[in-house]
Amino acid sequence: MSADRNLLKDLDYSVLQQCMHCGLCLPTCPTYLETRVERHSPRGRISLMRAVADGELEITRTFADEMAYCLGCLACTTACPAGVDYGTLFESARAEAERSGVSASPARSLVRLVSLRFLLFRPWALRLAGRLLWLYRACGLQALLRGSGFFSLLPRRIGELERQAIPIRRRFSDVLIAAVERPPGEARHRVVLLTGCIQDIAFSDVNRATADVLLANGCEVTTPRAQSCCGSLHVHNGDLETAASLARRQLDAIDPGRFDAIISNSAGCGSHLKRYHHLLAGDPVYVERAAAWSHKTRDIFEWLVEIGFRKPAAPAPVGEPSPVTYHEACHLCHGQKITSQPREVLRSLPGFELRECPESAMCCGSAGVYSLTQPKTATWLRDRKVANIRSTGANVVATANPGCQLQIQQGFRAAGGDARGQPRIVHPVVLLAEAYRAEARR
Amino acid sequence: MTDQLIRLLGPGQVLTQKEDLIPYSFDGTPVFRQMPAAVVFPRSAAEVVAVLGVARQHKAPVVARGSGTGLSGGSIPVPGSIVLCLVRMDRLIELDARNFTLRAQAGVLTQAIYDAADAAGLFYPPDPGSMKISTIGGNVAENSGGLRGLKYGVTRDYVMGLEVVLAGGEICRFGNKCVKDVSGYNLKDVFVGSEGTLGIVTEVLLKLLPRPAARQTLLASYSRMDAAAETVSAIIAARIVPCTMEFLDSKTIRCVDAYAHVGLPLDAEALLLVEVDGHPAAVADDAAQVARICGENGATSVRLAADAAEAARLATARRSAFSALARMKPTTILEDATVPRSELARMIRFIQETGARHSLEIATFGHFGDGNLHPTFLTNERDQAEMHRVELAMREIFAFALELGGTITGEHGVGLAKKAFLKGQMGEASYNLLRKLKATLDPDNLLNPGKIFDT
Repeated sequence: MSADRNLLKDLDYSVLQQCMHCGLCLPTCPTYLETRVERHSPRGRISLMRAVADGELEITRTFADEMAYCLGCLACTTACPAGVDYGTLFESARAEAERSGVSASPARSLVRLVSLRFLLFRPWALRLAGRLLWLYRACGLQALLRGSGFFSLLPRRIGELERQAIPIRRRFSDVLIAAVERPPGEARHRVVLLTGCIQDIAFSDVNRATADVLLANGCEVTTPRAQSCCGSLHVHNGDLETAASLARRQLDAIDPGRFDAIISNSAGCGSHLKRYHHLLAGDPVYVERAAAWSHKTRDIFEWLVEIGFRKPAAPAPVGEPSPVTYHEACHLCHGQKITSQPREVLRSLPGFELRECPESAMCCGSAGVYSLTQPKTATWLRDRKVANIRSTGANVVATANPGCQLQIQQGFRAAGGDARGQPRIVHPVVLLAEAYRAEARR
Repeated sequence: MTDQLIRLLGPGQVLTQKEDLIPYSFDGTPVFRQMPAAVVFPRSAAEVVAVLGVARQHKAPVVARGSGTGLSGGSIPVPGSIVLCLVRMDRLIELDARNFTLRAQAGVLTQAIYDAADAAGLFYPPDPGSMKISTIGGNVAENSGGLRGLKYGVTRDYVMGLEVVLAGGEICRFGNKCVKDVSGYNLKDVFVGSEGTLGIVTEVLLKLLPRPAARQTLLASYSRMDAAAETVSAIIAARIVPCTMEFLDSKTIRCVDAYAHVGLPLDAEALLLVEVDGHPAAVADDAAQVARICGENGATSVRLAADAAEAARLATARRSAFSALARMKPTTILEDATVPRSELARMIRFIQETGARHSLEIATFGHFGDGNLHPTFLTNERDQAEMHRVELAMREIFAFALELGGTITGEHGVGLAKKAFLKGQMGEASYNLLRKLKATLDPDNLLNPGKIFDT
């Protein structure tokens, strides 16, 4: 790419022109709601991108900061009647901001290198890090350090990071799920299950539950060992190059042609997995396979409803139903426009009553690494989410993305109150798996 | 000047960086663009007075702005101007259920006003397409319309009082909660629709109505556009006044459904969306009659909305029509030529012929009940030859609308977009009166200069 070109200038200009600045995205944009400043709105950000494409604005530090301030929640794409492809615009702008190096600093480069190009690039490295983190907690060192006030000696951000660090499961997905599992009776569908990165080490039970639910619905489940990261965090953070190599690696390992569907249970991953054809559009070797991949990728709920999942039978006797509410992960409802299917699953659960949450489709502030990079806005959104959830009176919160699950958990912890009064925060597929299991015990 | 503004309002309320100003250089129109010198966010009328003081001192023009969703270029900055953005004056001051009034600061969103009234069992009818984000101050400045014009009128019909800051810094209050008030000139109406050229509206007192007890929405499909127009005439002839009678042509139908997925009949040539409201018995009777009249006038199918939720989805879908049309071509130019209801069919035919004559793609939708049409040019601003043809077609459409006793703008305002056509509609004497009024209230030509007419 020559020096005077950039990703925004190279974009098809009609993608930028598609925004006719009607403003209907504004009331759904969290950063606009927080500030009421146009620059912090989708329409404002697109105008800056267009100014760059038109050569009226250089990529500045302010431009990069603005793109970093965007959550990438894609709520604007649901609100937009004109069908602006904000996802593509945003990814290009973030990548261009990275490429220009306006935000670069040695510390930032190191963090990016370690996280994006090492931990999230090599499955063994992430699992090793997860194992060490688990040991740190299990052996009592964490309790010792926290009790000693050690973290108060370190910079505040590190202390926060330590508190926010994800809980690690003792057993990861590859221990819990066999490489191939067959359903009782005849297999009606053959699917491959993607176990994710965070999901794999922090929520491996969700992966097990997903396999159980698929098996209960006549799917033969293949779960490749040591899967690669899908690359969504890379794209989100402007590293398109690494994302593309990860996608290629994924396509090398899994042949979409062999399966009826590729199942993801993490909203953020699914949203990105469905865009492999777009990411690899310029790669003649992979473009066809990527298209097949995107075409076959399904979120677990999308798939369950598509194949007409079996509604679990009520265990006798049914008591007072327990109120459950649903928080929509951005990359499920906005990224993939999947809104009715998870609710259909929740409504099918015996013993539960679905109560809608106000602003259920508004971001919780997790947004990949946003809670670390933009703690102020992330906390504002988190607390708003917790208040909305509390207003429903639900004691179970269902949500289908590991980041949201962690963020909401933390929100309730920060809000304080009796630990026993805190709601259970759980992936809907876990509830469905439990319901099937309860049937068997009847 | 910037330092003075920051001293008065605080650093968080003043923007001057290039990256901050670019997003304030446009509104909801496609082609007008101009950078201001600064954007300020006053939080009270007193701060507006202070900003105007600085502006007078530096002879900097002041452009009032709400959410920037205008469709005539009214809030496009003037070179060197201060954009006075009122979105942070967003306090809903009082809802008076005994007098059916609501008092709010200018930056309150139209949707919030509707919701507050609704929660009290009351009703604020004006519902411009952008109501989810438009501010009430902007609605008053543009005298916005919406879908319910036929039965309920427009913003002007609900303004009982205003607080306005004049160019000289005086704070004036007009009107009150009295239904009857003939004290002095009716000055509030001078400011309604004045597009920020005569004063800055900082607070509004609005009239509310009791919320209609029942509503019913019907959707009628047609294979001929004329049949839809004839239906409207027949409904009115039967002395039925629906609250909305919206019309969509085939292009609009397809774009709207691609966005809203509300199951519009994609093969229809034209669609009428009719809502009747009022007492449940009257609504049931009106709805049955409307359905019958639609059938008698060639509707190929008539569908009743199953419930309030479906009716709301259909109305929301219709409100998105303008933006949804942007799916077709890079540039979408929306017009709002308006004619007396009785001339609708002729006007629509003329628009179709004009589009064909200039080989332009025009989608048409609009408020059939009140004669307010939205011919929308689907074009590309980068194609100069085509843009020239758009301009020619627009001129012809306006001229024909005036010939039919209509107006160049039903609800979007003159702003920059219709400036060239205003004199033709008003005539010399009335047009000059506008300028005299402006010169009296704003002798230094400080407030939104160059909008509506050249000074």
